Amino acid sequence: MSARDQLRPDLRMVASLVPEGSRVLDLACADGSLMAHLRDERGCQVRGVEINHADIAAAVAQGLSVVENDLDEGLGGYKDGAFDFVILSQTLQVVKRPAFVLREMLRVGERGIVSFPNFGYWKVRGYLASRGRMPVSRSIPYSWYDTPNIHHTTLKDFRDFIDANAGIIEREIPLLTENWHRAEVRRVSFVPNLFADTAVAVVRSKV
Amino acid sequence: MTSTTSDPWDEVGSAGVVASQGLVLSDVKLTSGDVLSQVHVVYETYGRLNDRKDNAVLVCHALSGDAHVAGWREEDARTAGWQPGDGTDWSPDHAATGDPDAAPASAPKPGWWDPFVGPGKTIDTNRYFVICSNVLGGCSGTTGPSSVNPETGRPYGLSFPVITVEDMVDVQAALVEDLGIDRLLAVVGGSMGGMQALSWARRYPTRVASCVAIATTWRLAAQAIAFNEVGRTAILGDASFRAGDYYEHGVPRHGLAVARMIGHITYLSDESMHEKFGRRLRNRDEHAFGFVTEFEVESYLAYQGKRFTERFDANTYLYMTKSMDYFDLAEGSPSLADALAGIPVRFLALSFSSDWLFPTYQSRELVDALRCVGAEVSFAEIPSPYGHDAFLLEPEQQHKFVEPFLARVLVDERTKGGGVR
Repeated sequence: MSARDQLRPDLRMVASLVPEGSRVLDLACADGSLMAHLRDERGCQVRGVEINHADIAAAVAQGLSVVENDLDEGLGGYKDGAFDFVILSQTLQVVKRPAFVLREMLRVGERGIVSFPNFGYWKVRGYLASRGRMPVSRSIPYSWYDTPNIHHTTLKDFRDFIDANAGIIEREIPLLTENWHRAEVRRVSFVPNLFADTAVAVVRSKV
Repeated sequence: MTSTTSDPWDEVGSAGVVASQGLVLSDVKLTSGDVLSQVHVVYETYGRLNDRKDNAVLVCHALSGDAHVAGWREEDARTAGWQPGDGTDWSPDHAATGDPDAAPASAPKPGWWDPFVGPGKTIDTNRYFVICSNVLGGCSGTTGPSSVNPETGRPYGLSFPVITVEDMVDVQAALVEDLGIDRLLAVVGGSMGGMQALSWARRYPTRVASCVAIATTWRLAAQAIAFNEVGRTAILGDASFRAGDYYEHGVPRHGLAVARMIGHITYLSDESMHEKFGRRLRNRDEHAFGFVTEFEVESYLAYQGKRFTERFDANTYLYMTKSMDYFDLAEGSPSLADALAGIPVRFLALSFSSDWLFPTYQSRELVDALRCVGAEVSFAEIPSPYGHDAFLLEPEQQHKFVEPFLARVLVDERTKGGGVR
């Protein structure tokens, strides 16, 4: 199987936003699947950071350069504007300091690509409304007390967050990813904050 | 190798009996400006250099190491009556006990990184041609202060020129060239060996594809220099030292033993010392109310100090520690990043959480500088209670990163016809 076949559908969407030959930093890059895809299929220059050692080792085995780096401690070392794109997929809700992480992304990269679960999705709202309990679903599979997801956001909240932190959303791509077994994600254009379970956004600094 | 288990650690073997080899170099120029008219280099090799000569890995040893990185010395095997190919089990547990510190001094021990280097091990001698040489200034065969100065017929002592890590690396480069190797797959080292690996990348960026720098630093901070200075002061203050000219009179055992005791403390951690010794007393139940060796930890340090004096030269200790103090990878550049800019070497750096002699923050400084200049670098801090010594005691944790790193560098070297992307 090639890297393309193995790539998660939402990561394929992220990858499709990256032009050939770009310089890319993947934050919380996991085992480097997206990095390897961008390197092998799109000729990108890729670098990654991750905290899980098994993932770092798996990325190293693919010839990727991955540094153990807690995102909440910044992206020390990287020069301003060193990358064309900095990718943060399904991780914004995990970090302790989302605004700081965003600022660091936009410091070292011309653009950021952020994907995150939309807490405004109708099933999440419905779960809370009907059961009166914190939502547990396929995309949010944890109990409230042991979840790594400490900063949930809705699509609308995300827009405010970017604006409040000197960013501009260049593109916003609301997605329905629930049917991953179909290996395709669907774009959502109708009331996205209600009908998209995930969103991908391309952001850059206002200035 | 017929084991059916999936655990690679059950399928490893020993590098076997290894003979040391030698090379003589002439007119070796040193950083200080001095020239050594003749330098003997003692080295060992393991595995086979392939026809493409692209599978050579240079291992660099630390302060007290030597060329004998893995397997068994020929002379030890002979003493023990072992013959290569006689069916002897060369596993590390054979002959040497699991705890090297508990073994009698006379018991043969495998090389200093035996769990890491050998058939099926991290640096797999079935795949790689491994080279390890005793450093310049050492006391295990390569020319150093205890060697005879050909011009005087007497040991150099302190007339030996002060050498640097760069000088050690230049001698290794001459050895590698003599072996007919244009480009090393990797230079690998821990501690002072890691300094050499880093220096290789800066001095010979096109002659090495990758650099594995473990438990090391791009320059010592004041704390480490301070410990080195205390060790040197102990040696220099020993009445037997005689300004380094002690070879005919008896070596400065006390000073060297104290230096080693201090060194050992810095190689361990609070946690590992507590775990290993606690406050236990040795061979007694009550305090002696005197100054005999009472606590286990005292006994351990005394033993390590004594053992060290039986195999290591006090002058070499002075020269090695000085070379580490002088080492600064950024030497001659405005910044570390400037020094590393444009180096086409793939780096892997590993540090250990409890290493307070070469702390993680120093590896991070190195990694940040490499990231700053866009170099290929991977890094992880390995959780370990063993302090600086972890690089010798945690082979499996390092295996996880180093084995796939080396394997992939070899693949990339071949597919890209030299030069990693």
